[in-house]
Amino acid sequence: MSEDLDPSRLFDFVKKALGLAVSLFVTFIGLLFVTFIIARIVPIDPVLSILGDRATDAQIAAERLRLGLDEPMWKQFGIYVWQALQGDFGISIRTREPVIEEIARYFPATLELATIATVFGVLLGVPAGVLAATKPGSWADQIVRLVGLMGYSMPVFWLGLMGLLLFYGILDWVGGPGRLDAAFDMMFQFEVTPHTGMILIDTALAGRWDMFANAVSHIILPAGILGYLSMAYISRMTRSFMMNELGQEYITTARVKGMPERRVIWVHAMKNVMVPLITVIALSYASLLEGAVLTETIFGWPGLGSYITDALMANNMPAVLGGTVVVGVVYIGLNMLSDVLYKLVDPRARA
Amino acid sequence: MKLDPVLRQFGAAAMAGLLLGSAPSALFAETPADTLVIADAIDDIVALDPGEAYEFSGLDVVNNVYDGLIELDPTQQGAMVPGLAESWSVSDDGLTFTFKMKPGVTFASGNPVRAEDAAWSLQRAIKLNKSPAFILGQFGWTAENVDSMVTADGDTLTLKVDQAYAPTFLYNCLTSGVASVVDKELVMPNEVAGDFGNEWLKSNSAGTGAYVLKSFKPNEGYILEANPTHWRGPAKIAKVFMQHVPEAATQRLQLEKGDIDIARELTPVDIEGMAGNADVKVQADVGGQIFYLAFNHKNEQYKNEKLLDAMRWAIDYEGMANSFLKGNMVVHQAYLPNGYLGALEDTPYHLDIEKAKALVAESGIENPKIVMDVRNATDRMEMAQSIQNTFGQAGITVELNIGEGAEQLKRYRARQHDATLQSWGPDYPDPHTNASAFSMNANNADDAGTGGLAYRNAYDPGEWHGKTEAAVMERDGDKRKAMYEEIQQAHRSTSPFIVMFQIGYQTGLRANVMDFHTGGATDSAAYWLVTK
Repeated sequence: MSEDLDPSRLFDFVKKALGLAVSLFVTFIGLLFVTFIIARIVPIDPVLSILGDRATDAQIAAERLRLGLDEPMWKQFGIYVWQALQGDFGISIRTREPVIEEIARYFPATLELATIATVFGVLLGVPAGVLAATKPGSWADQIVRLVGLMGYSMPVFWLGLMGLLLFYGILDWVGGPGRLDAAFDMMFQFEVTPHTGMILIDTALAGRWDMFANAVSHIILPAGILGYLSMAYISRMTRSFMMNELGQEYITTARVKGMPERRVIWVHAMKNVMVPLITVIALSYASLLEGAVLTETIFGWPGLGSYITDALMANNMPAVLGGTVVVGVVYIGLNMLSDVLYKLVDPRARA
Repeated sequence: MKLDPVLRQFGAAAMAGLLLGSAPSALFAETPADTLVIADAIDDIVALDPGEAYEFSGLDVVNNVYDGLIELDPTQQGAMVPGLAESWSVSDDGLTFTFKMKPGVTFASGNPVRAEDAAWSLQRAIKLNKSPAFILGQFGWTAENVDSMVTADGDTLTLKVDQAYAPTFLYNCLTSGVASVVDKELVMPNEVAGDFGNEWLKSNSAGTGAYVLKSFKPNEGYILEANPTHWRGPAKIAKVFMQHVPEAATQRLQLEKGDIDIARELTPVDIEGMAGNADVKVQADVGGQIFYLAFNHKNEQYKNEKLLDAMRWAIDYEGMANSFLKGNMVVHQAYLPNGYLGALEDTPYHLDIEKAKALVAESGIENPKIVMDVRNATDRMEMAQSIQNTFGQAGITVELNIGEGAEQLKRYRARQHDATLQSWGPDYPDPHTNASAFSMNANNADDAGTGGLAYRNAYDPGEWHGKTEAAVMERDGDKRKAMYEEIQQAHRSTSPFIVMFQIGYQTGLRANVMDFHTGGATDSAAYWLVTK
């Protein structure tokens, strides 16, 4: 019998969807509240950051009025929420462009980098973690743990610079900082329409495979380094989740029944490992989307992390807050997504 | 042990990816011969409209894309040369300036350069009223009167000013980016809601300069292309590609590999590290920013000249400049940076603890104490620690109050600090810019809020206020220079300011790159003379 015809189930679904929407909304308002409070608490005068060092008192008073800073706090917060809901995070103090437009320009670069890094991290980290868990104490396990430990403890700043020095500076295997070589970058700006802002996709859509290859040579090192960090985390978590599952009774039962070991691990145990693992992967993906500030700085990568940091250095609070809200939304979104996925893989949660 | 099949497959794919990636980068190891590739931190750019640009990186673009009536010679610090005006003169009463336009010059668009364009450009800057507009506003021009003060007739441009200022004051201000001549016929059709084309000029250019702006992406870079009809003759290099690379170590790597021609944000450590590499060279310049100590006259002890003198002798200027500030700062002890008219290049003060101790004793102040505001930036904290140490040896106790820059600026402007370590950059290439900030204070009352540096320290310059005012009106260039020298001599020995350093820049270049001029303290970078 088809499930969706059952009225009680449909009602359940609507209730769940509503619950989800409400919790999303409340989380979002909470996020806005926190950023609003931060903006009011930091001892940085927004007026002074706009007008600069040379402004007179009269100019300052006029600007304060224009920004609505004389309104009561609750009203300022109301305006802030209303504008944020419409995607309006104000005007960047530096460039006087809407913050949301700037973020729309920087975010794809980060999205591209973080996605490739996470794919690296998952494809290498999960099998490595499983391998280590199935043969604890073996040399394979030791290697996985050592590689993971190194990824954990080495500063990404150092790793990035050393990576550049070795693979770009000495071996000449990869492209340098930036998203393309100078010559390709100039061509790209005039010959390729930026549909997505993601350079690999845009060059592929334009059929410019020479540029695509050059872009790959530029992204591979920063994505590889971030992927390594993500792999270190994912493999370690996979290992402990898997070891935990392999000690369970149902695994023993399956083994006793004579099921092939591969099937025991990859089907039976994996199904249960997936549940917490999805959360781990989502969190690691979210932290990369937040912008790997140091990696982006070293590699001259025009992403969200360097955008927020630059804004912070310049006391550009609208940009900092807009960026923070976007990061928060990404976190909320990925959390929701992992909840949904979680329900798909976990039969108990589905019921 | 067998590798898991998934792992094995992916390992191969990863290797293939690496190899695929390696091929094209090898093809483009050198920069294209017709392109100058520069790496710099250009996240300070707010605008590329000459009426709005007011940051170092933005003014670099303006300098190469636009010209003014009068220009600064990029090869000679502070020297004025004719730009789009062929000749100029000033009336006997000093209130009217007449400029004759250079004939036969065209904009990059092909439109002829007329006196009308020059007049419109100045009117436009005043009416736009963006950050740098005040430079022109000093001559009494306002949005209401500028159309009658600045007029064009045939090939002649007439500028009326509200007072008989020193002619050099006007000329110097006309060399700044805000006075650039903009192509009226090209810009006006792109005007949106009375913005004089301000929005359009964010990503387009309309000048006579050696280059044309082809593309600008904030925090990524910009591309300039040579203007083939440029009146000085076409630039030596066809394209300029500026890449935003904030990290100094990364710039160094790119420079040493030859992926860029010029690196503008290197640290002294990088410079040292490159020594011995014959493929690269280093060029040292000074910039306009100065670093100084200021003491708030609201605290009576800073009116004691002996104590101030003691502090002047208790700073290890040379020691700092030769150690942690090496390459970043040069010792400089008056408020006009080297390169400005009237700059004092001598450095009379040096570390002399015994002398400082004696002066503290003479001051009659028992165990003087200072609370010094310092921004939480590495070089400033290092400076402050050195000062704290040497002041301590001279018997002056220093407590450091370290904080965020904007927060401290607020305290400084509100005259709430006791003492502070600050920097100041001139606004335009005329001595009045710093002289008015350091030596003038028309109203020392708490509610005056004029924002000048003398005001912020509650310092009443007395007769020097009037003398500074007189200097900006002095019509004889040599006399004017002598006046600034006299004012600064007095300032550095009596005011509650101690100027210590002028900022220095070190540029890394490939060995084949010639004639790159950064503009020093007064001007911006010139790309059009560069060869490689």
